[in-house]
Amino acid sequence: MNWISNYVRPRINSIFSRREVPENLWSKCSECGTMLFHREISDNLNVCSNCNHHMHITPRDRFFSLFDGGVFNEVEVATPIADPLQFRDQKKYPDRMKAAQKKTGEKEAMLVATGEIGRTPIVAAAQDFSFMGGSMGMYVGNAIVAAAEEAARLGRPLVLFSAAGGARMQEGILGLMQMPRTTVALQILKEKKLPYIVVLTHPTTGGVTASYAMLGDVQISEPNALIGFAGARVIEQTIGEKLPEGFQRAEYLLEHGMLDRVTDRREMRDELIVICRMLMKQTPPTWGDLPAPGPDNLVEAPKE
Amino acid sequence: MAHYLDFEKPLAEIEGKAEELRAMARGNEDMDIEDEAEALDRKAKDLLKDLYGKLTPWRKCLVARHPDRPHCQEYIDALFTEFTPLAGDRNFADDHAVVGGLARFNDQPVMVIGQEKGNDTKSRIKHNFGMARPEGYRKAVRLMEMAGRFGLPVVTLVDTPGAYPGLGAEERGQSEAIARSTEKCLEIGVPLVCVVIGEGGSGGAVAFAAGNRVAMLEHSVYSVITPEGCASILWKDAEKMRDAAEALRLTANDLYQLGVADRVIPEPLGGAHRDRAAAIKAVGSAIAGMLGELKGQSSEELIAARRKKFLEIGSRGLAA
Repeated sequence: MNWISNYVRPRINSIFSRREVPENLWSKCSECGTMLFHREISDNLNVCSNCNHHMHITPRDRFFSLFDGGVFNEVEVATPIADPLQFRDQKKYPDRMKAAQKKTGEKEAMLVATGEIGRTPIVAAAQDFSFMGGSMGMYVGNAIVAAAEEAARLGRPLVLFSAAGGARMQEGILGLMQMPRTTVALQILKEKKLPYIVVLTHPTTGGVTASYAMLGDVQISEPNALIGFAGARVIEQTIGEKLPEGFQRAEYLLEHGMLDRVTDRREMRDELIVICRMLMKQTPPTWGDLPAPGPDNLVEAPKE
Repeated sequence: MAHYLDFEKPLAEIEGKAEELRAMARGNEDMDIEDEAEALDRKAKDLLKDLYGKLTPWRKCLVARHPDRPHCQEYIDALFTEFTPLAGDRNFADDHAVVGGLARFNDQPVMVIGQEKGNDTKSRIKHNFGMARPEGYRKAVRLMEMAGRFGLPVVTLVDTPGAYPGLGAEERGQSEAIARSTEKCLEIGVPLVCVVIGEGGSGGAVAFAAGNRVAMLEHSVYSVITPEGCASILWKDAEKMRDAAEALRLTANDLYQLGVADRVIPEPLGGAHRDRAAAIKAVGSAIAGMLGELKGQSSEELIAARRKKFLEIGSRGLAA
């Protein structure tokens, strides 16, 4: 035993330890099957560098790339009553929740944050499809209420990234009631004349589309995102015929006048900066690699 | 010919026997069957009390969808005068799934809007079984907007399996239309009272029911998804709709406890379809009561109260 085996080897081992690298160095694009290196995927915001397929991205990763220097402050969301209906299908609702929390490492299906994009202060909310299908229950409702209230308090635009199958069935009517509830929250913004920008991501359907995800001042979608009210299978069963190619996809909705724009994820941040700054009557943005906001250029939140 | 639900089969037998007896007696003056027939009537009534006294959530769904249940137009004809239907969304079409227009309720001019399911094959097709397309919601938006401008209270009658899942409906923005209708409900500076008279089918119902007051008929249901749909997703078996109906808490009493419904309107014994006039009258007095509660409130108060009501929903769960 000497200092080399006691100290140096463990240090060297820890530098090269397996924990330092993700378990899956390579993953396959779900669309074209190309093998992609993990660094390549994350540098490209989870967009396939071969076919431009937009893969799932977590709210946290999205915020890291969205906000200047990856710096943002999470906005606290009120915790609703757990399992208000004592809902149980094949599994108990609290068990499904625990499984989703374990899988995602997040508390619930929406993340709200304040920060700056291109030195433009905004409030952002992002829905997590990997958390119980992003479903809208009371927590998601509370998150949108908190986001709207924070945007109103700070006088900032709200940018919302939607992704959900719809209302959360396990909360029954209370899930459904988030449709009017979130609409009330948005009316607060509307009255303050603050912009509300929706970025629809794959997939956004059901009661989420039929409420806050369709009420934006500007409606942008990521390419090829599935957006609709009813599920394609239900529609096919109802009308008894096959649906056209590309039905309920972002480009199809754009063609039918339901969206303002379809924008590549890698250009989304710049586009949001441009739109927010014009709607807020701010000066044109300064482009360049901006450092994280330091103490000198942090915008102080106005006190109530 | 009365329409019996599956769980009413024993009732159908008893009532059928009584009917038969009376029919036989009509052809034969000497036969005295009245005692026997009356006994059967009593038995039927007891059975009815028994069946309807403890309807399971799934059976409530069946009653709410009963083909003989009074529908929107019947309520309008009986409870309102001078009903003047107004048509169209000024954009694409007139959606017959949504009926609406100016009318007087107890002499007071109001805007009444509802979803109509139809009563026979022909009218059901005309009204698309109460499943509105975007044009229906946009017509509702237009009428609510007009009511707001002229200071007329709005009464909505909710009865829909859900918004229509169709190709054209999606292309013309079904989700946007529903979202705008909900938004308009929450925006207007006039009293908005809503009655769920049958099926409150998900987003298609919310678009009409984000009001100051929401009442539900005793056997009506209001749910995020149909029990069949929920069963096929969560149980992977559409036949588990009874379990799903139970779990979803979609009955009027559950919604009252959860603070979503403000009042439950009792139905006649055996459901609204067994005594339509009584059911319609009960809905009428509920509407009068709700409009009365909102009387004298300013536009600002009405809007603020409506917002507060919806923001607060969910602050209490069901008692265990």
